[in-house]
Amino acid sequence: MSRSRTRTFDRFHTRTVLSVATALGAGIVLASCAPGGSGGSSSSAAPTSAVKTDAASLGDVTLTVWDQEVRGGQEKQMSTLNAQFQEKYPNITIKRVSRSFDDLVKTLRLALSGADAPDVVQANNTRSQMGEFVKAGQLVNLDPYAAAYGWDKRYPESVRAVASYSPDGATFGSGSLFGMPQVGEVVGIFYNDAKMKSLGINPPKTWADFDAALETAKSKGEVPLVLGNLEKWPAGHVFGVVQGRYTKADDIRTLGFGQPGGSWTTPENTKAAQTMVDWVDQGYFSKGFNGQDYDPAWQGFSKGTGVFLIAGSWLQADLSTAMGADVKFVLPPAPEAGGTPVTTGGSGLPFAVTNTSENKDAAAAYIDFITSANAMKVLAETGNLPVVETQQQTAADALGTDVFTAFGTVSTANGLVPYLDWATPTMGDTLGATVQDLLAKKATPQQALEALQKDYADFTGQ
Amino acid sequence: MRGRTARPAGPPGEPRRVGYLYVLPGFLVYALFALYPLLRAGWLSLFDWDGLTLGTWAGLGNYAEVLTDERLRAAFGHALVLMVFFAVVPLGVGLVLASILHRARVRGLSFFRTVVFLPQVVAMVVIAVSWRRIYAPDGTINSVLSAVGLDSWTRGWLGEYAFALPAVGFVGTWFETGLVTVLLLAGMSRISRDLYEAARLDGAGPVREFFAVTLPSVRGEIAVAMTLTVIAALKTFDLIYLTTAGGPGHQTTVPSYEVYRQAFELGRVGLACAIGVCLTVVIFAISVVITRLGDRASD
Repeated sequence: MSRSRTRTFDRFHTRTVLSVATALGAGIVLASCAPGGSGGSSSSAAPTSAVKTDAASLGDVTLTVWDQEVRGGQEKQMSTLNAQFQEKYPNITIKRVSRSFDDLVKTLRLALSGADAPDVVQANNTRSQMGEFVKAGQLVNLDPYAAAYGWDKRYPESVRAVASYSPDGATFGSGSLFGMPQVGEVVGIFYNDAKMKSLGINPPKTWADFDAALETAKSKGEVPLVLGNLEKWPAGHVFGVVQGRYTKADDIRTLGFGQPGGSWTTPENTKAAQTMVDWVDQGYFSKGFNGQDYDPAWQGFSKGTGVFLIAGSWLQADLSTAMGADVKFVLPPAPEAGGTPVTTGGSGLPFAVTNTSENKDAAAAYIDFITSANAMKVLAETGNLPVVETQQQTAADALGTDVFTAFGTVSTANGLVPYLDWATPTMGDTLGATVQDLLAKKATPQQALEALQKDYADFTGQ
Repeated sequence: MRGRTARPAGPPGEPRRVGYLYVLPGFLVYALFALYPLLRAGWLSLFDWDGLTLGTWAGLGNYAEVLTDERLRAAFGHALVLMVFFAVVPLGVGLVLASILHRARVRGLSFFRTVVFLPQVVAMVVIAVSWRRIYAPDGTINSVLSAVGLDSWTRGWLGEYAFALPAVGFVGTWFETGLVTVLLLAGMSRISRDLYEAARLDGAGPVREFFAVTLPSVRGEIAVAMTLTVIAALKTFDLIYLTTAGGPGHQTTVPSYEVYRQAFELGRVGLACAIGVCLTVVIFAISVVITRLGDRASD
């Protein structure tokens, strides 16, 4: 009896000692205060030392560059420009790390908060990426470099806006420049020219034409509008185009940059949402679009399914290869005759310099090189859409010429509006799910816009 | 032999304190890679932290949000639905399949066992991508339906609000059934022939035999199978991420997907940790219940 009690006590005792020890140990470890406290405290203020633009005089430098230029022409332009840069500046070695976009988005946050962050990174323009990094003081304010290299003169305001933040990261679309994009993006309408001719449809010049064209295509048994929306975001681009039909560009900009003062629940936006629902009712979209993959959808279009495809310029190379002269690209029609077309677009992922970089001058020189006039030429030659001086370049093929013309027109005419999901950190998800709800008729246009308004208002604090 | 009386107290076979020393290396590894991250996650869950800048103390605010946010609550609800598809249905199917294979003494049993088990060998990524194709509007299921004249039944399975979750769940059923079947088959092969003979002498048919002999004998295996499949259901991420990304709308989000989304897409590391901790607690609770039931049954 007594022995058993001793045993119990012994065991109890050991266990207590152990757990106290564990708790203490854990306590010591955990007492390391609030997370994110150490490091990363450097401010995003402009560098005080004078900017050096002569890259050749910087001595032996190794630059680690993270990019996501992994596909076809993107990969080609990057490796060409890197080779040219190394040839021009043998003292600078480029250590290139390229990852797919998805991979980059996932790993960049951790990489930037680590001790040996890369020097140059390609960061998505969005608040959840670039905005957060700016807020954390991890990216270098490029304003001094922009002045030194003349970026502020070569790059139009509308293009710099999509890579600009206030130094605290709170305001998107204005403030200081934190990145430099190489390529432009524009959402527009691809159409199957051969099929249009056989159906007797003329390329639409007005929205009324477009409506009529959709109806004709439907009545002749074709899929009028190809859409694969399993990934949630593709229909957001369609909505952006339709919104440009009714809502003023400046209003869309306020919403898209998540700046206070806008509203989703306006009659114009309601009309846009209603149009999407009407298109579903008329059966204009591909069957089962919410369960259809994006890639097979446009690949189907390239093989002859459907008449129109509302999508971004990034599909140009693939569609051109598959369809040759049968495919054409136009901007959405202007809201009223003679007006400016309004459509979603912006830049590719901007290149930014990290604050932990020990060679900020070399990093900026590299960015200058890959966004120079010569670089724009290389970009055009490799089938990319140069973000500036677009119309001076010759595209690789007919579809490329369409895209160059479209982007040049809309960017100089101030008709380019930002991606709607840039507005708030949660908007990508909210927009995707809400438009899916809208198209599946789980939400009325009013309910859908209220959902978007809530996300927007929660963020802007209205 | 006298020298070996270093042992302080206790009867032979009683664990000595020095035993903890033997456990230490394993415990250290476990503590470093499992306990420390868990504690750290628990600690982080008490902060509002974006993963980059200084976090601010939030107390239990993140947990309150997990419980009150409709969408996060729905995610746990979806996980419970998936439990039915990942655990309950495979158990039913597995029991039937295993007892048939066990009873019938089929020729080429190992072949069937391999076929049934095959999904377990394939990486979930491959499975998800294949099933995405199968469920696509122009995929296998719809082609078959059209071929037999059921055109009106065709749909984009993963994009339909009513069908998306069951469609994803069915992939789980297909995936887990093999594991459950093989586990149960192993259990059944250990049942003594005498028991069946006795049952038959008492006039039991195949069904009676199943309930009186087979089922009670494999309770241990059932508990193991349930534990494994329930955990798989609750922590499923890759399948959701690759098939529906939580869509359509938010119909198929699950807690682990929310952890990823909050931490890596929205930069709300504290909330993500809180969801993770809640998920751990739920998994732990359910596992304890299942193990208890299994233990009680085998006593």
